[in-house]
Formats: sequence, structure tokens, C-alpha cells
Amino acid sequence: MNRASGADALLVIVPALNEEGAIGEVVRQIRQHVPDVPVLVIDDCSEDGTIGVARAAGADVLPLAHHLGLGGCVQAGYKLAYELGFEYVIRVDGDGQHDARDIPAILERLKSTGCEMVIGSRFVEENGSSTGMVRGLGIRFFRMVLRPILGKPVRDPTSGFVGVNRRALEVFARSFPLEYPEIEALVVLQRRRFRFEEVPVKMHPRLAGRSTITPRKSLYYIVHVLLGVFVNILKYDGRPRPGRGG
Amino acid sequence: MDSLLHVTAVLSVVLLAMVLISLRRAHIRVEYSVSWLLAAVAMLLLSLSRPVLDAITRWTGVPDSPLTLFLITGTVFLVMFFRFSVIISHLRDDNVALTQRVAMLEYRVRSFEQE
Ligand SMILES: Nc1nc2c(ncn2[C@@H]2O[C@H](COP(=O)(O)OP(=O)(O)O)[C@@H](O)[C@H]2O)c(=O)[nH]1
Ligand SMILES: [Mg+2]
Repeated sequence: MNRASGADALLVIVPALNEEGAIGEVVRQIRQHVPDVPVLVIDDCSEDGTIGVARAAGADVLPLAHHLGLGGCVQAGYKLAYELGFEYVIRVDGDGQHDARDIPAILERLKSTGCEMVIGSRFVEENGSSTGMVRGLGIRFFRMVLRPILGKPVRDPTSGFVGVNRRALEVFARSFPLEYPEIEALVVLQRRRFRFEEVPVKMHPRLAGRSTITPRKSLYYIVHVLLGVFVNILKYDGRPRPGRGG
Repeated sequence: MDSLLHVTAVLSVVLLAMVLISLRRAHIRVEYSVSWLLAAVAMLLLSLSRPVLDAITRWTGVPDSPLTLFLITGTVFLVMFFRFSVIISHLRDDNVALTQRVAMLEYRVRSFEQE
């Protein structure tokens, strides 16, 4: 894949960190349900066989030379997609939690509404198996915080199953949070008066491995993201900083 | 009381020596050594000149002179540490952008090679 093919070309990106147990199946599922769409796995310096498994399953791989964190990893994908001329990018997690069958619905919504971001949202609460207690509380908390900021409710602000169009790509290529990106990205978009919508999707338990957001990290997550949200609201719009801010 | 000032004087000389030696061995870049050198020299001068310190103490209303010295050094170091955080953040930003750029170039080289 050297360039986007066609005027409204879609790229599926999959950020992955040590996902050799799941990434192969994830890539195969995507290729099965959206054939002819290139799949780009962005490897955040995994210590396992993620890269090999992803390539064997038919994905292109963007290998980061050292660990950047999820946001930096996703942003690398956005930057490449932007440079290659893609019109739409849909992010699918590498752990198998997202269902590739939902990709067409997200793409369709991006195209039909022309809004900048479409979130694949688990409208129905999951049971405790994949969303821990603390995590669930965190999601509820952020719904409350985000509502007045975004001016409309968001059901699943932590979902990583997110589609964006080229206008959002351009913004995110310049400015994207480094660590836990989903919630802050919403605020970044809001500052540009961009629109988002939510589409109901299924979420599965992880295929393999464990979530990187453990209950202990949840608290850190909440403080970190909350700070990020307010920084983004107050942000000085001067010199665009590479990697972060802007 | 004054022995405390002697201790800080010795400490600042040690700091000064440390910075100069590191500079000589290129363990620290000149632009990052300047603030350390200034801090060490200021600390040294203040601990050696009791009258100046006393004047500042009277002027600010701090209970005693050694405390003034510690407050001043504390503030200076706090500011310096904050500056380091700013510098580190810049380095991190540059580093993230570079890592992404290298990955993208590597990706494109690889796909051209495969054609
Ligand atoms: N690049 C990168 N990806 C990560 C990191 N942590 C998790 N991921 C990936 O992000 C996706 C979601 O991570 P996960 O731990 O499942 O988070 P959760 O689904 O929100 O519990 C998966 O594809 C992971 O491989 C990280 O530090 N860097
Ligand atoms: Mg997950």
C-alpha cells in the first residue's frame, strides 16, 4: 500500500502492543468483512511476535522503533494515512474486542453524515468480565464530565473503535494525546467545532492477553485524562507542538 | 548559626566543582550547566556574606538568616526543576515526532523495495 486508491479510500488501523495471540485473527476478520481495504497494524515495539503474525495474516505493519504509548501509536497511523491520501480511517483494537462486521456501519455513517468522527459504542453495558467495576465507574464519570463540554451526551467515550474522516485526520496528525487518547481526542475535535456520532457495536472479551488498563491503573487513567481534558479546553493555540498539544 | 552557613558554603563549593568537572568531561551540556553554576555561585556568595543575608532577612521579615538562605536556595532549585520538566517535555515531543517519522519512512522504503 503506497497510496490511497480511489477518492474515498478507507484504511483500517490496528494499534497493537504484544498482541501475537489475537492480532492474526483480528486482521483475518477485518480482511474477510471488508475485503480490498488495506489493514495497517502499528506495532508499539512489541516484545512478542506481533509483527510477524500480523504480516502473515496479510496486514501492512508500521513498526515503531520504541514504545510510544497508545496515543502516539494511533497518531503514527493517522499521520501515515494522511500522507498517503486516505479519506477515512477506522481504528480497530488488536485484542479482538471489536467486531470487524461493524466496520461497514461506521464507514457508512461517516459517509452519510459527513461528520468528522464516528464512535463504535457499546450502548448496552457490558458485564464485569471485560469492564471492571472501577472502569465502569470511570466511564460513567467521564460521560458526566464530557456532556457539558461536548454539548451532547456521549455513551461510550472510552471506545477505541473509532472512525474519522480526512478533516479529523489533518487535526490529529498535528495534535493527538500521547497516552490514553480517546476522551481527549473528543475534546480536541470539539475545540474545532467538529461533529461526532455514535453507532452501536458489539464488543467481545479479549481474544488473548490482558487489558493494559488494570483496576490500579484506572485511577491514574482518570486523573491523567481529566487533566488532559482541561488542558485541551484551556489550551493556548500558539506554536503547534509535534506529537502532543497544538 | 554561622556553622550552618559554613556548611552551605562548603556544599555550594562541592556543587560548583561537580558541575565544572562534569562540564570538562562533557557529561553535561554547557547550556544546561549555566543555571547550576549560577545557583551554586549565588548560594556561595550568600553564605559568605552574612550582612547581605541579614539585610534580606530583616527586609522580608523571615525569623533568621539561615532560614532565608534555605528559602532562597529552595526556590531557586524548585524553579530549576520545573525548567527541567519543560525541557524534558520538549525532548519527549521531538522524540515522539521523530519516532513516528522514522517509522513512516521505514514503511515507505519497505513498500518501494517490494515493488
Ligand atoms: N501502541 C500501544 N497500543 C497499546 C498500548 N496499550 C494497549 N494497546 C493496544 O490498544 C488496544 C486496546 O488496549 P486494551 O488494553 O485492550 O484496552 P481496553 O480495551 O480499553 O481495555 C489493543 O489493541 C492494545 O494492543 C500501548 O501502550 N501502546
Ligand atoms: Mg481491549
